[in-house]
Amino acid sequence: MAERKIQDLFGKPIEVVNMGLATMVEPLKAQNVPVADVDWRPPKDGIKHLRFLKNGRSIDEANEEAVARIKKARPVLIGMGLAKDVIPGYKPNLFLHAGPPITWERMCGPVKGAVMGALIYEDMAKDEAEAEKIAASGKIEFAPCHHYHTVGPMAGVVSPHMPVFIIENKAFGNKAYCTINEGLGKVLRFGGMGPDVYAKLKWLQTDLYPILDAAIRSLPNGIDIKALIAQALHMGDECHNRNRAATSLFLRAIAPALARTSKDNESLAKVIEFIDKNDHFFLNLSMPAGKAAVEPAEGIEGSSIVTVMARNGTDFGIRISCMPDRWFTAPAGMVQGLYFPGFSEKDANPDIGDSTVTETAGYGGFAMAAAPAIVQFVGGTPQDAIATTLEMYEITFSEHEGFTIPVLNFRGTPLGIDIRKVMETGILPKINTGIAHKNPGVGGIGAGILRAPEKAFRDAFDAFSQLCK
Amino acid sequence: MTVKSIIKTSEYHDSVSLMLVAKELVKFPGVQDASVVMGTESNKALLEQSGLLTKEIKTATPNDLMISVKTDGNPDEALAEAEKLLNKKAAAGDALEFRPKTIRSAMKTLPDANICIISIAGRYAAEEAWEALFAGMHVLLFSDNVSKEDELALKKYGRDHGLLVMGPGAGTAILNGVALAFANVIPAGPVGIVSAAGTGLQETSTLLAKNGIGITQGIGTGGGDVKKEIGGIMYIEGLKALQADPATKVILMVSKLPDEEVEKTLLEQVAKSSKPTVICLIGGKTRSDKVPANVTVVSTLEEGALVAAKLAGAKMGDIKAKIASETREAAALAKQLKATLKPGQKQLRALFSGGTLCYESEVIWRDNFDMEIYSNAPLDKHFKMKDSTRSEGNVAVDLGEEEFTVGRPHPMIDNDLRMRRILQEAADPSVAVIMLDVVIGYGAHPDPATELTKAIRKAMALAKAAKRELIFVASVTGTEQDPQGLTRTTEILQAAGVHVMKSNAMASRLAGFIVA
Repeated sequence: MAERKIQDLFGKPIEVVNMGLATMVEPLKAQNVPVADVDWRPPKDGIKHLRFLKNGRSIDEANEEAVARIKKARPVLIGMGLAKDVIPGYKPNLFLHAGPPITWERMCGPVKGAVMGALIYEDMAKDEAEAEKIAASGKIEFAPCHHYHTVGPMAGVVSPHMPVFIIENKAFGNKAYCTINEGLGKVLRFGGMGPDVYAKLKWLQTDLYPILDAAIRSLPNGIDIKALIAQALHMGDECHNRNRAATSLFLRAIAPALARTSKDNESLAKVIEFIDKNDHFFLNLSMPAGKAAVEPAEGIEGSSIVTVMARNGTDFGIRISCMPDRWFTAPAGMVQGLYFPGFSEKDANPDIGDSTVTETAGYGGFAMAAAPAIVQFVGGTPQDAIATTLEMYEITFSEHEGFTIPVLNFRGTPLGIDIRKVMETGILPKINTGIAHKNPGVGGIGAGILRAPEKAFRDAFDAFSQLCK
Repeated sequence: MTVKSIIKTSEYHDSVSLMLVAKELVKFPGVQDASVVMGTESNKALLEQSGLLTKEIKTATPNDLMISVKTDGNPDEALAEAEKLLNKKAAAGDALEFRPKTIRSAMKTLPDANICIISIAGRYAAEEAWEALFAGMHVLLFSDNVSKEDELALKKYGRDHGLLVMGPGAGTAILNGVALAFANVIPAGPVGIVSAAGTGLQETSTLLAKNGIGITQGIGTGGGDVKKEIGGIMYIEGLKALQADPATKVILMVSKLPDEEVEKTLLEQVAKSSKPTVICLIGGKTRSDKVPANVTVVSTLEEGALVAAKLAGAKMGDIKAKIASETREAAALAKQLKATLKPGQKQLRALFSGGTLCYESEVIWRDNFDMEIYSNAPLDKHFKMKDSTRSEGNVAVDLGEEEFTVGRPHPMIDNDLRMRRILQEAADPSVAVIMLDVVIGYGAHPDPATELTKAIRKAMALAKAAKRELIFVASVTGTEQDPQGLTRTTEILQAAGVHVMKSNAMASRLAGFIVA
C-alpha cells in the first residue's frame, strides 16, 4: 500500500465515528454525513487498551491467527468408542468432570451425584453409600474433561466404560470427545441417580452405541458437524440450549447408514425413537465440534482469545490462548431462568457444565438472534435475542463467516471472546444453560441464562497485562 | 426546604444529557435547585458550593450518578421525577438502532469512517484516540485535559501515518465542506485554512464567506499544538497538506503567537511552497527577519481573512485602507452613541463565548486604544481579574474558559450564563457598553440571538429605569447558509437595539471608541 497522506482525505466523502457528546451528532446528520455514534462508557479502573506484548508482538495479529484457525476448523464425526479405549491417556481410575479442576470435597451436589452414579454404572460400587466412600477415598483420579480433549454437558462426568463420540477436526487432525446425551430430567449429567438412570446408561452402551458407531463408520467421510450447525442456525437453533433442528438434521444425515448397517429393525427403531424424543441429542455433538475447532487456537503467543470457558457447578473457569494451561476461576453464578413444575431457584445449583464451549466457538448464546424461540426461557422477546447477539459482537474479536444469522442479514456469528474487550466494555459473555438441582441424585430442573463472572476475566486480564507493554 | 439525594451506581450518562435532565427537574413543583451529575471530585465540589452535597452521596465514585434536589415540596417525588426523566432519555435512545460500544465495532457498522470525533472526559480520551488512529481514522479531539506526553505521542503517530490529530481542545474543523463540532457552513473556494485557534477558524472562515470567498479545508489543530512541547507537529502537517492540495490556491494560517522555535519551523515549511500565504499571528509580530516573499504577516483575524480574500480574487482595494475607512465610520458612530451616556458611564464589559475572539479584542484594545483591560484570560497576567465572576473596570470575560464550563455546557450551546451576566453588568451604573460575540453555525445554540435579546431587552429596561442608556455592541460569526442564518441573526439583534458590526475586530473598535 502506498504511504498515506493527509491530503488523501481531501475530496472524499466524510463519514464520522462520534464518541462522547450526543450534540455532535445532529449537526452531522443535518449535513447528511453518515455517523456511527458510540455508546461509550468509562472503562473500569486500571483497564488499558493492550495492543503489544513486551517483545513487540501485535496482540491483534496473534488473535487474527487464533480466530483464523477456529474458522478453518472442519469438525467431522468419524466414529464412537469407549472412553478408556479412545481418549488419549485415559486410565482405569480416571473420572472426568466439567469445568476447571476441583477436589471431591468441593464438588457440588450434581457432580458428586454424577460421580457416584458413574461408579455404580462402572460396577465399581454396589450402591450410593459405597460409591460416596470410594469417591472420597482418593482412589479415583478426577480431572477436567478439558484436560483430555473432552467436553461434558452439566456435571460432564465421563467414566472408563462410557461410549463417546469421536470428532476429528479434518483441517488440523486433532480429535475431541463427548458422551451421549441422555435426555432431560433425572439423568446422570444433572446428577441424577437411581436404577432407571443406570439402566438407560447401560442401554446407551450396549444398544445405541454399537448401532450408531457402525452407521457412522460406514460413511467414508463421516458426518460434517460444522455443516449441520450452520444449517441449524438457519432453522431456529443456537446449538446450545436449542438443538431441535440440528438433532433432526443429524437423524436425516445418518438415517440411510443406520438402515444399511443395522441388523435388527426393532433395535434400530428404539435408537431412532430415542434420538427423536431427545431434542438435545445433538448438543453432545455440537459441544465436541466446538472443542475440536477451538483447540488448535490454544497456545498462540500473545493471543487474548478465550479458548476454554467451563463451569463445574462450584467454580467458573476460563483459559486463554497464550496461557493454555492456566485456569482463571471465579465462583460459578446463579442462573436466571424457568423451572420445571415443583422446582424453584431455591433448588438450583450454580452454573455448571462445559457446554459454554459453544459460545467459545462462536454459537450457542452468542447466536441467540438465530434462535428467538428460546428467549421464552427468560420471558424475553425476539428483540432481546437480537440484542444479545449484537452485544456479544462487542466482546468478540471476529465474526464466523461459516455460521451466519439470517435475521442479521446473514452476518457471521460473534467469534473469539477477547478478554481485552470484555474488560474494556465491561460486557460479560452471556450464557444459555440448563439448571441442575443442587442436591445429588435429583437431576435437571430448568433452563435459563446468565452472565459469566467478571473476576475470571479480570484475573486473566491482569495476568495478560503482565506480558504487555 | 429539604435537600435529598441518591446515588445510582455504575450508571453513566454524558454530561449534556444530564444537564438537560437537571434543567427539566428544576421545573418540577417545589424544586429550587437540582443537580444530576457523575460522582467526580470536581462535581462533588460544585455540589458542596451549591449546598446540594449530602452525606449519602459523598461516597459516590466517578462511575456513579449523583442526583440531588433542594425542594420545598416532597423530595422523594422530585427524585422519582429525576429517574423518570433519565429513563425517558434512555427509552428514546433504545428506540433507535443498536449503538456500538467501541470504536472497533463502530467501524464494523461504518467501515469507511474516516473521522473520529472524541469528546469524552480527558483522562480516557487519549486511549480512544489511539483506537481511532489504529483504525485508520483522522481524529478531532474535542476533549481537554489530555497530557502533553499523550498529545505528543498521538501527533507523532499521526504525522508518520498521514493522519490528522486535531486537538486536544479542538472544537472546530471544516473538512471537504463538512462542518465538524463547532463550525460554519462555508462555500467551497480556493482558500485553505490551518488554525491553532478554534473560534479563530470560525471568524476567519465566516469573514471569507462574507466577502464572497470560500475555502477548501479548515484544519483546526487546537491551541496547544504550536506550543513548545508539541512543536507545531499537526499545524505543520496541516500546512503541508494544504501546500500539496491542488485545489488550495491561497493558504491562511491562524494562531496566537507561537513558540519562537515553532515559528521558525513554520516559516521554513511556508518557504517550501510558492502559494500565497497569509500568516495571522493574533496580537503578535513575527520574530523572523527572513519572511519569505509569498508571505503576508498580519495581527488580527479580520485583516488575515481580508488579505486572504483579496489574494483569492475578491474585488477589494487596499485592505489597510478599507479597514481604516471602516474604523473612521465606527469612530463617528461611537461619537453619536457616547452623547447618550451619563457622565459616570465609562466602562466596557465584553462577554465572550469564543476564546480567540476575546483574545483578538484584547489585542485591539491594547494596541489601538491603549486601554487597560482586565480579563480572566489576559494578554498580560498583570491584568488578570481577581474574581472572574465580578467585573471591575474595563473587562473582557471569556465565558468559555474552563472555570465556567466545568459541569455546565459551553456558552455557545447554552446562553444562560451569559444572559445572567448581562443583567449583572447592566446593574452597574459605571457601565457604558456591553459587547458580545454571537457565534452561530453547527454545534452552536439553535437561536442564540433570540435568547440573548431577551436578556438585552431586560438589561436596557433596567438601565432606563435608572435613567441611563446602555449600549450593546456585537458581531455575528456566521454565514447565510448556517442553520441560524447570518441576516436573520443580525436582524434579531438589531431589532433589540444592538449595534452589529461586520467583524469582531470592528465591534471591538466601536466599543473602544465609546469608552476610550
